[in-house]
Amino acid sequence: MAVVILRAPLKDMAGGNRELKLDGSDVRSIVRSLEADWPKTGGWILDDQGRVRRHVNVFLNGERVREDAPVGPDDTLHILASITGGS
Amino acid sequence: MRELLVGTKKGLFVLRGDAPGAFDVATRAFEGSVVEFATRDPRTGRYFASVTSGFYGPRLMWTDDPTAEWQAAKGPAFPEGADATLDRIWVVTPGEGDGVLYAGVAPAALFVSTDGGESWSLNEPLWKHRLDGDWQPGFGGLALHSICPWPADPDRLAIGVSAAGVWITEDGGKTWRTGYTGLVPRYMPEDTWEDTNVLCVHNMHRAPLRPERLFMQFHGSVYRSDDAGSTWNDIADGLPSGFGFPLTIDPADPDSAFVIPLTSADDRTTPDGRVRVYSTHDAGTTWTPLSDGLPSRDAWLTVYRQALGRDGEGDDLGLWFGATSGEVFGSTDAGRTWASVAPRLAPVTSVRVA
Repeated sequence: MAVVILRAPLKDMAGGNRELKLDGSDVRSIVRSLEADWPKTGGWILDDQGRVRRHVNVFLNGERVREDAPVGPDDTLHILASITGGS
Repeated sequence: MRELLVGTKKGLFVLRGDAPGAFDVATRAFEGSVVEFATRDPRTGRYFASVTSGFYGPRLMWTDDPTAEWQAAKGPAFPEGADATLDRIWVVTPGEGDGVLYAGVAPAALFVSTDGGESWSLNEPLWKHRLDGDWQPGFGGLALHSICPWPADPDRLAIGVSAAGVWITEDGGKTWRTGYTGLVPRYMPEDTWEDTNVLCVHNMHRAPLRPERLFMQFHGSVYRSDDAGSTWNDIADGLPSGFGFPLTIDPADPDSAFVIPLTSADDRTTPDGRVRVYSTHDAGTTWTPLSDGLPSRDAWLTVYRQALGRDGEGDDLGLWFGATSGEVFGSTDAGRTWASVAPRLAPVTSVRVA
C-alpha cells in the first residue's frame, strides 16, 4: 500500500489523518480509495473527468505527476494545493 | 426576523435582523472560498450554497441549519466521458414538482434534482444543444444563470444563458427551443444580428401572476416578453444605461421590475458615481430612480448578477442588494427608502432572503 500524505484542508476531511496507507496502482485509483474511505474528500482532488485539478499538486516520491502515473506499494504521495500569489 | 444569505468572495454570511440598519452576522461559513450563490428552498427550509475553492473546485453544499454542518451534494457533476468539467454553479432554483430543484452551471448546463437537492443529474437534451450549437461564452464564462419555472406547471421552464440566449421547454426538459426574436446583440457586427446565437442574457425573471411575461436584463438593454420568452421587446428607454446584471420582480405585480444599471460594458460601475435602483410599474414603459438612502456621490459600485434579492410583495416588497465594495443595502418599502444592512463584508456575489 502506498503512503499518502495530506495537508489541510484535505487532512481535515480525511478525519484529521495526515498520513494514510491506501490501495491503488496509479494516482487516480489511490485517490478513489481515499474518497471511498473518506467521502468528504470526494471531488476535491479529481475533477468530473477524473483528472487532477489544475491547482492541486500530486508529488510521487518528490516528482510532480498526473492522475495516470503508476504507483508502487513502497511509494509516497504528497497531495497539496498549488502555491499561488496575488492578492 | 429576516435572514439574508449573502454570498461573497470570502464565504457565506448569514445576516439576521428585522429592518435595514439592524442586522447582525449570525454566522459565516466556507471561509476562504467563493460562495457564488446561496438560497433556501421555501418548501423544505433547506439551504443551498454554491461554493468554489480556487484550488479544489466547485461544489454544492446543503444544510437544514446554516449555523450547523453543511453536507456536500452528489453533484452537479458532468458524467465521465462528457468531456466537460464543472467550473461554477451559478444558481439553484426550486422547481414546481415535488422535491425538484434545478441548478444552472458553467459550462452552460442544467442539472436536475428530484430528491430535494441531495443528488443531481444532467439534463441531456439541453446539453446536446450546447454540443451541437457552438455556444460562445460571455466574459464571465459560458453560464446558465437564470432559471424560470412556470407556476404550477412542472413541464414548463425558461432558462437564460450567457451567451446563448433563451431556451424554453414545455415538456419537462425533453425538448428545447430558442427564444431569440427581438434580442439585438449590438456587441456583434450588425450583419450578424439576425441569425447569431451569441446572445448575452444577463438575468431573467418571470412574473408569477402572469407567467407568460418575462423580464430580461441583456448585455446592453432590458427586454420584456409577453409570450413566454418567444419574442422580446426593448424596454430600456428611460434608464441611464441599458447595461447591468441584477434584475428582480414584484411577485404581486406583473407590470413591476427592478434593475440596477451600470455605466457600460467597459465601465461596470454605477453611473455618475450614484447608486440608484430603477423600477418600472408599467411593464417598462417608464422607469423611476429609487435612491433615497443610497450613496449619491463618489460611489462607483459594481453589483453582480445574483446580488439583488427580494422578499414580500407590493408596497412591502423587500429589496436587498450587495456590491463588490462589500456593502449590502436594503429596503422594506419597495425601494422608496434604503439603508445600509452591512457596510463591510467581502465583495458580494449574491444576495437572497431565506
